[in-house]
Amino acid sequence: MKLLDNQIFLIFAGLFIFLIIASVIGGVLLMVKGNTSVISNLNARIKAWWVMCIISAVAISVGAIGSVVLFACMSFLALRELVTLTPTHRGDHETLFWCFFVILPIQYILVGIQWYGLLAIFIPVFAFLFIPTRMALSGDTRHFLERMAKIQWSVMVAIYCVSYAPALLMLPIPNFTQNINLLLFLMIVVQVSDVLQYTFGKLFGKHSIVPKLSPNKTVEGFFGGIISASLIGALMWWATPFAPWEAFLIALAINLAGFAGGLCMSAVKRDTGVKDFGAMIEGHGGMMDRLDSLSFAAPIFFHIIRYFYV
Amino acid sequence: MKKKTFSLDTKIVSSILVSISRFLTGIRARQKALLPENAQCIYYANHSSHLDGLVIWSCLTQQARSTIHPVAAADYWNKTKIRRYIANRVFKAVLIQRKRNSEPSELEIDNNTEIKSNIDPLVLMQEVLDKGESLIIFPEGTRGDGENIQDFKSGLWHLSRKNPNALLVPVYLENLNRVLPKGSRLVVPIICTATFAEPIPAVGETEDKAEFLLRAKEALEVMHNEIAR
Repeated sequence: MKLLDNQIFLIFAGLFIFLIIASVIGGVLLMVKGNTSVISNLNARIKAWWVMCIISAVAISVGAIGSVVLFACMSFLALRELVTLTPTHRGDHETLFWCFFVILPIQYILVGIQWYGLLAIFIPVFAFLFIPTRMALSGDTRHFLERMAKIQWSVMVAIYCVSYAPALLMLPIPNFTQNINLLLFLMIVVQVSDVLQYTFGKLFGKHSIVPKLSPNKTVEGFFGGIISASLIGALMWWATPFAPWEAFLIALAINLAGFAGGLCMSAVKRDTGVKDFGAMIEGHGGMMDRLDSLSFAAPIFFHIIRYFYV
Repeated sequence: MKKKTFSLDTKIVSSILVSISRFLTGIRARQKALLPENAQCIYYANHSSHLDGLVIWSCLTQQARSTIHPVAAADYWNKTKIRRYIANRVFKAVLIQRKRNSEPSELEIDNNTEIKSNIDPLVLMQEVLDKGESLIIFPEGTRGDGENIQDFKSGLWHLSRKNPNALLVPVYLENLNRVLPKGSRLVVPIICTATFAEPIPAVGETEDKAEFLLRAKEALEVMHNEIAR
């Protein structure tokens, strides 16, 4: 697979042009409107996008292994944030060690060696039976069901779902070898959708979808963001095995799943009483705040392609 | 202040240790009050894991690290060559013998340590303060379960009485009991925070030991309750 070919070059050129325009707009706003909190947050976000795009470009230029390692690190950081937020007990300690240092590496090794048969079931079958067993062996039975559910949910979202993104690289699609484009398609559509939902919400948002949960998620942001992000997905059809109308529908599915991810992770944050999962990415909060939509969208996208195109 | 001859090996080992502790604990330092530069400090913190000293140490600037000495248990840090190297050369720790009621550990058979173990720990700590350098101490004496802060041992009171100018800085460590709890050898990467609070006033003229120790402990408990909400 030739990696730095024209299509990837075009995608990244497009992204960086987009970022340059965003940075210019951010700079102009800063000069015209002064340093308000919204504008400084906007500029911090744009700066973080630069860093994230550059890291992605470097990882992709290393090859498939670069993407697998990058997503493994992101899973690790996301799991660390989720587990930190969950009040775990002393009896969970050994189980958590297994999650971080055994289950996570095995899942990504399976992605790396492209063993589809096992990677799809390793966590839902083996890890999900092992986790309660190890917890029971610790002898601590207080709130057993809740503790188990919390750890399993964290492993499900942060490891299993996220690992579907680099797993896209293994799908054998007839007459198509540039699988890295699928990964870029997924990431760009999901992240653009987040940005556009935020923008449409800020500009036109009036009616909250779930006011109790997240006043920032509005009907206007939902329709404006999701439809325009799906159109952007359709415009990227040339880099994928999809026809333009197929690319639109698939992007729409990704966006709806991503919206669901954002909604559920907001509910988790609301429940634990925090605003963000962490503070590692300036202006964005933590790793999990960036991965919330992707973690729901990646498995759906993977299985749509696997069912219809492989 | 003269001991700035940082050798290469300790520099490398110290930066490796700092990176490991950042990777495992994603440590976030929060400072509630700015400390005067070059002030002599006695940092005191709640104690729940063997990593506590390392975590506080990682939060400090490289310059501060060169004049700071964590106080640690000799029986743990003298056990292996690597631990001894880290404690003596990298942390430049003050190793003290904990008084043990149970059978003597193997170490006390060793002649060298025996001599040291007879020295009052306070004398060793005072030596550091006399040089104008700083200490990190864990006044609970032993590691707790992270749920409650145990009663303080009297060392802090003696040190403060003898060194009224040293700033007493309360440091509250959160989540470290989840990273490496008592009784486990497995480390789980959980994000920790170290909150450096405003220094508390030194021992007052008329203040007795119990009052002071309670006041010092309360400075940590305030932060403990704030976080637990």
